[in-house]
Amino acid sequence: MSTLTRTRRERPTTTTPTPRRRGTFPIGKVLGYLTLIVFAIIYIYPFLIQIATSVKTNQDATQTPLSLVPNPFTTTAFDRLLDTDFPLWFFNSATVAIIVTAGRVFFDSLAGYALARIKFRGRSALFTGLLAVMAVPGVVLLIPKFLVLNQIGMYDTHPALWMPLLADAAGVFIMKQFFESVNPSIEEAARIDGAGTFRIFWSVVLPMAKPALITLTILSFQGSWNELSHFIVATQSTDLFTLTKGVASLTSGQLGSGNQFPITMGAALLMTIPVAIVFIVFQKKFVAGANEGGVKG
Amino acid sequence: MSATTPGVTPITSAPGMPPATVPAGPLGRRPGGGGGEGGRRGLAGYVFVAPATGLLFLFLLLPIFMALWVSLSDWTGQGSPFSGSANFVGTENYQRLFLEDGLVRKDFMTSLRNTAFYVAIVVPAQTALSLFLALVVNQKLRGQGFFRTAFYFPSVTSSVAISLVFLFLFTGSGAINGVIGLFGVDGPQWFSDARGLVHLFGDKLGLWDTDSPPGVLADSSVGGLTLWDWISGPSVAMTAIIFLVVWTTAGTFMLMFLAALQDIPAEVDEAATVDGAGRWQRFRFVTLPQLKPAVFLVTTLGLIGTWQVFDQIYIMSGGNPAKTTLTPAFLSYLYSFRQNEWGVGAAMAFVLFAIIVVMTSIQRFVMRDKDAIRDKKATRAARGRAGAREHQLADRSGRGEGAG
Repeated sequence: MSTLTRTRRERPTTTTPTPRRRGTFPIGKVLGYLTLIVFAIIYIYPFLIQIATSVKTNQDATQTPLSLVPNPFTTTAFDRLLDTDFPLWFFNSATVAIIVTAGRVFFDSLAGYALARIKFRGRSALFTGLLAVMAVPGVVLLIPKFLVLNQIGMYDTHPALWMPLLADAAGVFIMKQFFESVNPSIEEAARIDGAGTFRIFWSVVLPMAKPALITLTILSFQGSWNELSHFIVATQSTDLFTLTKGVASLTSGQLGSGNQFPITMGAALLMTIPVAIVFIVFQKKFVAGANEGGVKG
Repeated sequence: MSATTPGVTPITSAPGMPPATVPAGPLGRRPGGGGGEGGRRGLAGYVFVAPATGLLFLFLLLPIFMALWVSLSDWTGQGSPFSGSANFVGTENYQRLFLEDGLVRKDFMTSLRNTAFYVAIVVPAQTALSLFLALVVNQKLRGQGFFRTAFYFPSVTSSVAISLVFLFLFTGSGAINGVIGLFGVDGPQWFSDARGLVHLFGDKLGLWDTDSPPGVLADSSVGGLTLWDWISGPSVAMTAIIFLVVWTTAGTFMLMFLAALQDIPAEVDEAATVDGAGRWQRFRFVTLPQLKPAVFLVTTLGLIGTWQVFDQIYIMSGGNPAKTTLTPAFLSYLYSFRQNEWGVGAAMAFVLFAIIVVMTSIQRFVMRDKDAIRDKKATRAARGRAGAREHQLADRSGRGEGAG
């Protein structure tokens, strides 16, 4: 766009355009689209195969893995999934995701606000500690998490699924960064009006923090919905299987073995849907919110 | 203001304690903002951070020390490791990983080899692919948003779901081999093929025969593995996992590159165009240098993430075939949770931790920005001088604000 205007200014006489750099024949654009389309196929086709396979018969799935047309169309895979513990897994995942998301959003913004705006002794030490904790790779924590849950008698209970996940240093960090970017004058005005710290936080700061809160909500929901390793080490009874753990057991268990791909693809599809919805719904808001925050900050 | 606020009584001018530290925060700086309310507000600070910090302490910091103890013990999973059921064995578990000839060391070294090849391929590949995708998406083309979403979507979906899809795609008669077959090539039995890529490649080039490996390599061993085993390269099975991970993670990193690209002022690029720089020149000498922080970020996160690979191994391969997809994280899980050798398992986790720290430090050193360091020093010196002259300025620069 700007290139075009400038080009016109530079070359007032309409000469034959040199196509490669600044001309009207858009070879660059065509190549750009071609690349985009090739990669879009690489990225989208696996999901299409997943959807198509989930409504195929076992035989059809094995024989025509590339075909997107089920022949014949059947919902056997989903019927059989419903006979398993799949609904229970789904319920467990949903419960855990909701609790973790709500808890994280609240606790992280509280702590983030305090670290950004409230002066208290040991604040910077605490923040340094937070950064150190964030640097600990999650996989290193598998055994430690089991040990502490085992020690306090929480292993293989429902709270074991979600309580350790409420601890989230990265979320605190995100909120702290955000609160520091907000102009403090509004809070000062509220304070002069006589509002207390929590009141300022709750009714002045949090509403302004919408973009960051949305980010944190998405991250928390997605993170807890997709979590696998924590559930592996925190519980063992089948009552407490979440979707990730349950569906992963399909591959090694009775159903996933051999060529029963429609079932595993159906399970994969169903567990992807909630995250996909959140992702699609929030994406626009997310972009808009981020821009809004940028203007404000 | 909303009236539905949970009641915390407004603090007008709280008497009592003076502020704990000299008011230097964004609020305290302004006149009228600090003063006597520091005490009450300080208390509020503790209350605000208490839940998050408490949880982090209980479920993160404390357990690390518990695991450190377990890694120095012979705990077998019976009872509590902090009662009589575990004995202190010193560094024996660590020695078994590195010094004592045995299955533990062999497994651990195999997992290190597998992961080293995995990291060496995944990190450059995902960085290059994500940068490439970002550059393509960043062009002002129609449907930009759609493509960005398409590339990013795998990153937000569950590793379990994606792994299942790839297990299906990579079956012997699956979609990948179907596509390969279009070019007249027979695809391998991906997840049961333990042959190493370097072995295969050397065989193709006539460097060696995989059936009778050269004695130089096969007869000398380091850490319980022969040199021949060390250089195997990723197995075919691991390669499938590499495809999966690069494909999945590129979307996230693409977003990071996109953000960095959009931060580059358009004028710079336009100026380069006016100066007659071609597309490639502009990318190489104008865009890429400005992306250096983003490249640093992406490779750091890549290094940290790839060394930890666990989910995909757990779901897809379980370390098979022939242990060529074992990784330290998964091996640590196997030894502790499945074989009840908790000491060895915990020791592996800590060694993995150390590896990640060392790797990222090396990377930070290699990619350190000499110009930035010099600039920083200069700024600091300038700030110092300013501070000597004027008190307020010094205060500000101490907090890393202002100046420029």
